[in-house]
Amino acid sequence: MLADRDRIFTNLYGFQPWTLAAARKRGDWDDTKALMARGQDAIIDDMKASGLRGRGGAGFPTGLKWSFMPKESKDGRPSFLVINADESEPGSCKDREILRHDPHKLIEGALVAGYAMRARAAYIYVRGEYIREAEVLFAAVQEAYDAGLIGKNACKSGYDFDVFVHRGAGAYICGEETAMIESLEGKKGQPRLKPPFPAGAGLYGCPTTVNNVESIAVAPTILRRGASWFSSFGRENNKGTKLFQISGHVEKPCVVEEAMSIPFRELIEKHCGGIRGGWDNLLAVIPGGSSVPLVPGHMCPDMPMDFDGCKEVGSGLGTAAVIVMDKSTDLVRAISRLSYFYKHESCGQCTPCREGTGWMWRVMERLRTGDAEVEEIDMLQQVTKQVEGHTICALGDAAAWPIQGLIKHFRPELERRIGERVREAAE
Amino acid sequence: MADRQLAPDTPELRARWGGFAWSKDNAKQAKIIVARYPDGRQRSAVMPLLDLAQRQVGAETNTQGWLPIPVMEYVAKYLDMPVIRVVEVATFYFMYNLVPVGKFHVQVCGTTPCMLRGSDEIMAACKKRGMSIGHVSDDGLWTLTEVECMGNCASAPMVQINDGNYEDLTVERLDAVLDALAAGGSPKEGTQEPGRHTSEPSGGPTSLKEMVKANHDYRGEW
Repeated sequence: MLADRDRIFTNLYGFQPWTLAAARKRGDWDDTKALMARGQDAIIDDMKASGLRGRGGAGFPTGLKWSFMPKESKDGRPSFLVINADESEPGSCKDREILRHDPHKLIEGALVAGYAMRARAAYIYVRGEYIREAEVLFAAVQEAYDAGLIGKNACKSGYDFDVFVHRGAGAYICGEETAMIESLEGKKGQPRLKPPFPAGAGLYGCPTTVNNVESIAVAPTILRRGASWFSSFGRENNKGTKLFQISGHVEKPCVVEEAMSIPFRELIEKHCGGIRGGWDNLLAVIPGGSSVPLVPGHMCPDMPMDFDGCKEVGSGLGTAAVIVMDKSTDLVRAISRLSYFYKHESCGQCTPCREGTGWMWRVMERLRTGDAEVEEIDMLQQVTKQVEGHTICALGDAAAWPIQGLIKHFRPELERRIGERVREAAE
Repeated sequence: MADRQLAPDTPELRARWGGFAWSKDNAKQAKIIVARYPDGRQRSAVMPLLDLAQRQVGAETNTQGWLPIPVMEYVAKYLDMPVIRVVEVATFYFMYNLVPVGKFHVQVCGTTPCMLRGSDEIMAACKKRGMSIGHVSDDGLWTLTEVECMGNCASAPMVQINDGNYEDLTVERLDAVLDALAAGGSPKEGTQEPGRHTSEPSGGPTSLKEMVKANHDYRGEW
């Protein structure tokens, strides 16, 4: 188990105040000027060496992403850092804990990251439903301004950097980086075609990097403790510590920071009090939030909880939002409810997603009750393949994968329901 | 999003809301909000200003608030942008109420993580108290909505009522919260499970135990 001294988010549970004074006692904002004095390229090199991969779900190497930003502005356009706190993926509840209990880690990270990528300001896009969390963040940003940590001559480094908080208003799709930029510009959150990529033309047409809250908030600690410290956790290509969020049918659902690559069984036994009803009662697990395919229970215990470990069993780590389902679960309904979620959240821009999510949900609802033909399972599978990869953003893929996972692993259950209904009708 | 429609633009609506303008405090707040965005990009402020307007309508009607079309027109004029662009935003994002709601907007999360922990019972309990989805109860107190994942999955099931979250619910705990609200009280927000603080494992944290009692500085152990 990860030692407490190696945990980054020491106030994860909010037993202590989030305020600047308390955060400083825990080590935040400790000589940030010296971190910045290492120079922009050195910071980016350190982030690359740490092996940190983006914590928002896609797992793109963070340091590499920062290095895509222009080193100087040839045409006078400023650069921006946008921090994605639009946490809405079903199962995910980690950024909320950072926002409300450790906001200064995020703000300090914004300064360090913004400085490294030569940004003029950071916009933190907080999902609208995180009302209390945004209140804390607004107050924490004000504290940082008042203390001279951000703003003009931030931390007396000679660098000017602003941090602004922007609240969303209830649209999952704004977690997609270009939709977030659209939303920040005061429009409907509909994703943009790429290219141009945000690093070339993002917010207000200026170079922009969009990073997840957790990716930014861990940066100061990585720089303080060194890249080799961070990369000492986890397997090759899956380095560092990570906030895991375990929900569903475990004895004690929780959010906890652990080393990457921790085996699933160890994560559940150490922190969650085990599976409800014991390991034999485990039906399936969605290891990375609703957008990744489910994994049948018997494949889970030894699964290393990291990007490659989840990929090996045909799923993904996503945001490490682990949804556990025991044998009391109506699995078809559980997945159908996710289909409803994607139907609800489709932005309506691309036809395969706008029409497909609703269609898939309606078929899923019929499969739930068995009111379908066996051939429709194949048809549904085909339609998911027609949605997947044929939309501007990944919401179409995300709607398709849970259904594909269900069909792949639990097709007999779908057929059983259809058969049962046919028998009942005959009687 | 197709099922979201504006309230009809009637003479009565115009008579009630045609004169909408920022209150003194909100006029100040609106200026602060617009200043967060670069010069010439004031349109970025449309979302926070719609929220501010909805809250002002709420304060004037003793509800959570909503956005009558004249109020959207006011925001459009304030930001010097076409009304249709404001209407697009207001209809796109679910937290803007397009029709009047009750004093308490009870938003039950029904997405899978909450469903696995019993959100069906929570929804049923709300309906048993006379709430129905999309309607204001006769006493004007309640509007019920089923919402999508609210990001409280480790303390599911949950409801959000106006600005507050109530987590780790059972039917009894929900009833206690709703009774308290109806009686004009302000029940404790967050987890309703006795002894649980926030999102640590119920019964006490499995890590960072020093933090429970004191603001421990782990740097000495690095």
